[in-house]
Amino acid sequence: MKKFLMIAPLALGMQFAVAGDDMHAEFKQMMDSSFKGNGIAEKHRLYQLDFQAACSTEKSPSPAMLKAIEAEQMKTIRWPSDGKYTGDWKSGEKIAISGRGLTWNDKADAANGGGCYNCHQMSHNEISYGTIGPSLLNYGKLRGNSSDMLKYTWGKIWNAKAYNACSNMPRNGDAEILTERQIKDVMAYLFDPESPVNKP
Amino acid sequence: MKKRLTLAALAIVAAFTAPAAMAEGSAADGIAQYRAMLAEGNPSELWELAGEDIWKEKRGPKQASLEQCDLGKGPGVVKGASAALPRYFKDTGRVQDLESRLMSCMETLQGIAPENFVKGKWGKGEMEKMEQIVAYVVGQSRDMKVNVDMSAPQMKKMYALGKEAFFYRAGPMDFACATCHGQDDKRIRLQDLPNLTKHEGAAAGWGSWPAYRVSNGQFWTMQHRLNDCYRQQRFPEPIYGSDVTIALSVYMAKTANGGTVMTPGIKR
Ligand code: HEC
Ligand code: HEC
Repeated sequence: MKKFLMIAPLALGMQFAVAGDDMHAEFKQMMDSSFKGNGIAEKHRLYQLDFQAACSTEKSPSPAMLKAIEAEQMKTIRWPSDGKYTGDWKSGEKIAISGRGLTWNDKADAANGGGCYNCHQMSHNEISYGTIGPSLLNYGKLRGNSSDMLKYTWGKIWNAKAYNACSNMPRNGDAEILTERQIKDVMAYLFDPESPVNKP
Repeated sequence: MKKRLTLAALAIVAAFTAPAAMAEGSAADGIAQYRAMLAEGNPSELWELAGEDIWKEKRGPKQASLEQCDLGKGPGVVKGASAALPRYFKDTGRVQDLESRLMSCMETLQGIAPENFVKGKWGKGEMEKMEQIVAYVVGQSRDMKVNVDMSAPQMKKMYALGKEAFFYRAGPMDFACATCHGQDDKRIRLQDLPNLTKHEGAAAGWGSWPAYRVSNGQFWTMQHRLNDCYRQQRFPEPIYGSDVTIALSVYMAKTANGGTVMTPGIKR
């Protein structure tokens, strides 16, 4: 299965006389010889998870494949151990703003940021936001805090791929970018009526 | 001379730090801003001037200059050379970008070992000299057209490998180059991200590097740019001059073909 995934898309794009298998072997060889581990950014990070491989083509995988990935990723979500979805929005804001962590300059024991502002508009006060993701301004105000909405948002932050297989958004919980505690704080930042996300 | 450059650099810092202007700025505004800044003087002139001297200087164990270095247009021809790189070189049997080609020239002509760069530090020792030479060489293609010859089969293969690398997702954040550079009109925080999969974006992105970076007062080569993007991608570190960096460069340069060379650029 894995083999099929990785080779088929390549064969389609080929315009010259190299067989897909050879080309893929050459690609792997190139990647392997081109990188070195540095600090916490070890070389094994190059190896792909199945879904990462499936989502590495210019064209989106088939709808059936996307569904299969989403079902698989849904199983990775860990719901809050004490049943509480939200924490402290003030600490959540710091996590949303910080884009630090997991590069070869970072230390293994340093707290990671969520980097949410790299991709999302969130509060009424912060104008330095990216646009890779949709605006989350007034998130709690617009969506309410029903248990379904809390659950969906928790799941999305834990593993965005469970809802959108090839999403550009990282798997904050599943990939251990953020801790459960940090995700609660970010959740509060999105939902708390006092949070600048919901209040100018 | 030095004074004028310093003043120009200050004006540039001011232009880049005006937050509201950046927030609303479109790509077109960016280009207009860039041209205005160039009119004020580009601080990388200092690197260019130093680089020209180093190019002509007899250096290394073999005490030779780089004036016999063939960047693809014949020994010693610098004018227009970087606009046509990367290209396939028969003598090394490799597709090379400017920096890996310069490494070969330094090794064969001057006896300066590639380890100086592969294990070197940005801005230090031989690497600083490399950066200055790069500034000089790319300045000699300014305002020309990106003109990469894709006819060699080796180039076609590197393009295909580069394209695959561009979409290759891995690491703890599942990022590929395409995550940040695969769509139009996106940005991270306030930094505009060119869509490198299309001609317009590739021309803007590829065509304006190497560049002087106002935020840290450094001159960054394309290898350095790619290195820092892979850092942000949370990948392991690409080796200086490695094939993945050259393959990506072929992918970007081919997509940029016909666009205008604006090097050395000026960046945030
Ligand atoms: C690298 C980009 C990126 C980062 C970083 C990122 N996101 Fe996202 N996010 C996206 C994209 C793209 C989407 C829309 C596509 C999708 O649903 O996967 C999205 C969707 C969402 C949604 C669903 C919105 C909806 O309308 O249902 C939520 C909630 C969200 N992000 C929260 C966060 C939070 C909180 C963080 C930080 C902890 C974060 N995101 C970090 C890119 C990102
Ligand atoms: C997580 C985000 C991210 C990823 C992944 C990423 N980049 Fe970048 N890239 C950026 C940012 C941000 C900038 C602008 C930096 C600045 O302004 O200082 C940039 C700038 C560039 C530029 C210069 C564009 C210009 O107009 O100045 C090029 C070329 C480039 N990246 C290529 C790549 C390639 C090739 C890859 C994959 C190996 C890649 N990037 C991966 C975020 C990213």
